[in-house]
Amino acid sequence: MNIVVCIKQVPNAKTVRYDTEKGTLVREGVEAIINPFDFHALEAGLHLKDAYGGEVTVLSMGPPQAENALRESLSLGADKGVLLSDRAFAGADTLATTYTLAKAIEKLGPVDLVLCGKQAIDGDTAQVGPGLAARLGLPYVTCVNALSVMDDEKTIQVRRINEDGYDILELEMPALLTVLASINTPRLPSLKGKMMAGKAEIPIWDAEGIGAKPSMVGLTGSATRVVSTWVPTFEARREMFGGSAEEQVDALVSRLKAAGIL
Amino acid sequence: MLKVDTEKCTGCGECEESCTFDAIFVKDGVAVVDHDVCTLCGICVDGCPEGALELHVEAGAFATDLSSWKGIWVVAECRGGDLASVTLELLAKSRELAAELDAEVTAVLMGQGIESKARELIFHGADRVLIVDHPELATFTDEVYGNILSDLAKRERPEIILAGATAMGRSYIPRVATILETGLTADCTGLDIRSKDKALLQTRPAFGGNLLATIVCPEHRPQMATVRPHVMKAKAPDPVRKGEVIRIVPRKSLLGHKVQVLESVKEQAEGPNLSEADIIVTAGRGFEQEKNVELARELADLLEGTVGSTRAAVDAGWLSSRTQIGQTGVTVSPKLYIACGVSGAIQHIVGMQGSEIIVAINKDAEAPIFDVTTYGLVGDVKEILPLLIKRIQKERGL
Repeated sequence: MNIVVCIKQVPNAKTVRYDTEKGTLVREGVEAIINPFDFHALEAGLHLKDAYGGEVTVLSMGPPQAENALRESLSLGADKGVLLSDRAFAGADTLATTYTLAKAIEKLGPVDLVLCGKQAIDGDTAQVGPGLAARLGLPYVTCVNALSVMDDEKTIQVRRINEDGYDILELEMPALLTVLASINTPRLPSLKGKMMAGKAEIPIWDAEGIGAKPSMVGLTGSATRVVSTWVPTFEARREMFGGSAEEQVDALVSRLKAAGIL
Repeated sequence: MLKVDTEKCTGCGECEESCTFDAIFVKDGVAVVDHDVCTLCGICVDGCPEGALELHVEAGAFATDLSSWKGIWVVAECRGGDLASVTLELLAKSRELAAELDAEVTAVLMGQGIESKARELIFHGADRVLIVDHPELATFTDEVYGNILSDLAKRERPEIILAGATAMGRSYIPRVATILETGLTADCTGLDIRSKDKALLQTRPAFGGNLLATIVCPEHRPQMATVRPHVMKAKAPDPVRKGEVIRIVPRKSLLGHKVQVLESVKEQAEGPNLSEADIIVTAGRGFEQEKNVELARELADLLEGTVGSTRAAVDAGWLSSRTQIGQTGVTVSPKLYIACGVSGAIQHIVGMQGSEIIVAINKDAEAPIFDVTTYGLVGDVKEILPLLIKRIQKERGL
C-alpha cells in the first residue's frame, strides 16, 4: 500500500504569545512542532503499513526548517520524507497549497491513500484535505475517526463524525482521508528510528522540480489576500467574585439574570 | 516577492513593527526582508509611510471579468428535516450585504423531499430559491453535493457564495472552491462590504481565536466563505415575503459518487449538539471522580444546555471524546460557557475563548482559565455547583 501523509509544521500554541498592540504573533521563542492532527494521520498510515506492507511517504510544504518535521516523521517509522520548499511557494493560500501538494503527489507516482489531519492548528481552515482531493480527482472523507481495510485490500470503511452522530462510509482506494485526533494514539519514536532519521536524505523539491506553473503557486497562485490582522482582548470584561461560595453564586446568578440568560 | 526601494526607505522601522512573522527588519538604516520567513501578506506595504515597499505579484492565472458575476448565494443546509440555524443566520446577513451591493439573494437547497423548505427560505430573506430535490441527495456525499453546486455556480455566476461552517459545509465547500478555482475563507465570524470596491471583507479567527484576520478575494469569483453557526443573528420570518422558486433537475453525470454511505447513526447527545448549543457546561479534572460529573449534567439540563469536556475528563473515561472541546476536539462559541474544574490549558482555551460569556469555577485562583473568563468563582466545583443548581432552581420556581 502506497501511502502519502501530508504534514505541516506549525507554531506550538503553548509557546506562542500575542502582541495586542501590533495585532500580531510574537515569533521569538516559538517552538515549531508537527501539527497535532497530522501526527494522527501519520499514525494511521504507519498502522496500515504495519498491517498490509507498503511505503509511507511524508510530504510537507514549508520553509527549509520544516525538514525537522519530516525527520521526526521518519523517526516514527515513515519510509521517505519530501520537503516542498521554494521562495515561490511563500504566501500560498489553500488554493495554491493544494495545487502544489497535488503536483508533488503526482510526481511521487501511484498512491493508494493520501492522509491529512483534520486541520492545521494555526490556520484552522480544514480546506487543504478536500481541496487536494479535488485536485487529484480522488474520493475523500473528512473528520474520520475509525478506519478499516476490507478483505479485498482495496475497499475501506470509515467512520465520519458529524454534529448529530456519525456515518459509516465505504470507498475504494485510491482515496484521501482527513482524520480526527480520536482515531488513534500516535506511537513514540524508537532509538533506532531516531538514528535512521538523523542520517536520512530528505529531498527538497522546488516549483520547477514538481513541474508547477509559476502562476499557480505561492501568493501569485492564491485567490485570497490578508487585509489586516489583530489580537482580540478579553481583559476588559473580567470580573472575579470574592467571598463565600454562597456569595459568589449569588453574584453569578445576578449577572446571568442581567444578561437575560436566567 | 516583497521588494524594498532602498532609495525611498528611511529605515524608520514601521515595517518591522507591523510584521507578524519577523520577516522584515531594519539593518544599517534600511529595511531587509527575510524571504524564507516572509509570507507576502502585504501588511508592511500598506503601513510604509514612504511607499518604499512593493509586493511584486505576477498576474494570476485566472484573470476573470469580475463584473459578470452577480448576486449572493446562501447554500442552505437541511438536517433531519429542519433547516440548519446557520442557514437562516446567513440569509439575514445576506440581506444586509445585498443592500450594499444592490444584489439579489439566492438560496440553494439540495436534498430529498425538501420542497416545503423553499417558503421558509423566502420568508427569511431569499429572493430566489434554487431547489435540487433528488433521491441521490437523500444522504450527503461530498462528490454529488459538490458537483451540483459547482455546476450551478459556473452557469449562474454568483458574486458571493456563503455556507455554514458545519461538518458538511467544511467538508464539501472547499471542493467546490477548488473546482471553481477561487478563494474560500473558512469559519468566518464577520462579513462586510468594502465601500471603495465592493469587495467582500471576510473576518475569521486563526490560531484558535488568538488572532483575527480580515481577508479579501480580489481577482477571483465567486468570493466564497463558510461562516460559523451562531455568530450572525437570524431575523424573524416575514410570512408575506415573496420569492421565486426554481426547480433544477441535476444532470446524470453530476450524480456519480465513489463514496457510499452505509449507515447514518444519530448518537444520543447529552442535550443539544456542542457546536449549536447556546449554553455549555464543561467538566474538567476538578471533578476528581466520575460520579461528580453528574453535577455538570444536572446544571446543563437545568439550563437546557449541553455538557462538554476537557482532554483530562476524556482521558479519565468520564465523558466521550466527542464532547471534547479544544485544539484537538471541537471549537465552540456559545452564549454562555461554564468551565467547571477546568484549569485552562491553552489547548482547551483555543476551543472556547470565542464564547460570549465565560464563567469559570476553579479551586486555584491562579488557574489560567481565569485569564479569559468574564466571571470567575474560586472554589471547589463539588461545593459550588450544588449551590448554583439550587439557586437556579429557586429562580425558576422549581
